[in-house]
Amino acid sequence: MSLTRQDVEKIAHLARLSITDAEMPVCVSSLSSIVDFVAELSRVETGSVEPMAHPLDGQRQRLRPDQVTETDHRDKYQANAPSVQAGLYVVPRVIE
Amino acid sequence: MLHNLSIGELADRLAAKRISSVELTAHFLARIERLNPSLNALITLTAEQALDSAAAADRRLAAGERGRLLGIPLIHKDIFCTDGVRTSCGSRILDNFVAPYDATVVTRLKSAGAVMLGKSNMDEFAMGSSNETSFYGPVRNPWDTTRVPGGSSGGSAAAMGARLASFCTGTDTGGSIRQPAALTGVTGIKPTYGRVSRYGMVAFASSLDQAGVFARTAADAAAVLEVMAGFDPRDSTSVDAPVPDFPALLEQPLKGLRIGLLREFFEGLEARNAALIEEALRVYRSLGAETLEVSLPHLPLSVPTYYVVAPAECSSNLSRFDGVRYGYRCAQPKDLTDLYKRSRGEGFGAEVKRRIMTGTYVLSAGYYDAYYLKAQKVRRLITDDFRAAFQKVDLLIGPTTPTPAFAIGAKIDDPVTMYLNDIYTIGANLAGLPGLSAPCGFIDGLPMGLQLIGPHFSEARLLGAAHQFQRATRWHEQIPGGYE
Repeated sequence: MSLTRQDVEKIAHLARLSITDAEMPVCVSSLSSIVDFVAELSRVETGSVEPMAHPLDGQRQRLRPDQVTETDHRDKYQANAPSVQAGLYVVPRVIE
Repeated sequence: MLHNLSIGELADRLAAKRISSVELTAHFLARIERLNPSLNALITLTAEQALDSAAAADRRLAAGERGRLLGIPLIHKDIFCTDGVRTSCGSRILDNFVAPYDATVVTRLKSAGAVMLGKSNMDEFAMGSSNETSFYGPVRNPWDTTRVPGGSSGGSAAAMGARLASFCTGTDTGGSIRQPAALTGVTGIKPTYGRVSRYGMVAFASSLDQAGVFARTAADAAAVLEVMAGFDPRDSTSVDAPVPDFPALLEQPLKGLRIGLLREFFEGLEARNAALIEEALRVYRSLGAETLEVSLPHLPLSVPTYYVVAPAECSSNLSRFDGVRYGYRCAQPKDLTDLYKRSRGEGFGAEVKRRIMTGTYVLSAGYYDAYYLKAQKVRRLITDDFRAAFQKVDLLIGPTTPTPAFAIGAKIDDPVTMYLNDIYTIGANLAGLPGLSAPCGFIDGLPMGLQLIGPHFSEARLLGAAHQFQRATRWHEQIPGGYE
């Protein structure tokens, strides 16, 4: 196993995912097998190759005129929220 | 029967008032009611809305308006936001999500008068190659219901194979249109990255995702793509380039076309699969094309490269599902961190969690250079290989998949084996190239696909080459038993 249970617990915390005890053994073994599989890349000579983040080279971020183009959709959007009050999203208390 | 007619033939009948869009829509709705329960291809049916849209299309037709898709019924993959209609992306976390706006793809097809019948099942967040990771259960292949239809657009592919609509939409991040098109005996095209807007399409891996079409034939796909494609200021990577009239370009002669046989695709290829591709090459030579062998030495690295880049982008994109603004929220969270962790842990399925964690790992401190940056460099080497090949040839040809449809359950417990299903399709996504799969024969009674890959913005060439192959062959006319 290239990853330990502790490694996976740390990754799950960084990703804000709860992993149950029942899920954990499969998570450790399958993530290890994926990490082993992609390790093949380390054997490739890449020298000074420029990393490629985007498939169409030379594409630039467009600018648009600074004009209001959207109207207010708050009520429609908040209809999908688990909990709202007075137009605000409600979460458990953060500051004591 | 109406479900076996081309989009062009249906448009002619609609224009001549030999049939109405309401009748055509009712015909497909009746087929869906009868045939979908054994396939699980659709997860949301919008029958009432469809009949209303069809009646509106009939009024436009009666007023003398004409359009290639006016009154033609379709099914959308449930990854496209549809205003007022649940958009689940195959996930529990979006099971209760009603999209508040339309994706650009949806808007464009709606404006053209196409009629949405419903929304198709898919691998959760488009992560899968078998359509077994959906919260709504697996989709079954109409050619053999004990087998998978491929994924991630498995519902659209199965619906097309079973002729439940005139066409279906899909998305392709690593093969999710071409692979299921091959396994269900239909034609599927993934356009050039940037050709079709990603606005309102739930994001998986933003530098790879691209929307496309499932259709009976390349000619039908050409008619649909012409409507779907085009610049959209709401998508920051949309390409501002004119969209050719794809249907008008289908007959471009193939004489002198240089078709490159991908050597790397033939190494270790099963003999019966190789024989189908050889036969397709013989057809192309008889149509006047030249065939020659080309090599892309870095192409075998596509799958490991993809399984670093795609999970990295996925872990970032899916951070938006937080149990706060929309989607599933866990019961009784004890604090905000618990709310995030359990809403995501309970809302996402096993494969999605695996990809998010893979991505989090390759982006984490100490591993970023070794995995993510390395994969981005290899991605450029693969892309440069394609660029060099297109100096010598106009199109590349090979198989779409290593095998025909496999049994449900056969690969689901072994992620790496599952990932290797996309070994032939992923390269085009990494390089942003258009790719098309067309039926080219059968192995053990199951359909197989021929894949064409072209340079950026060569969709017209791909569609034309597939169309002329389909005029010379009958594979695309084969329909699974019970769905005639």
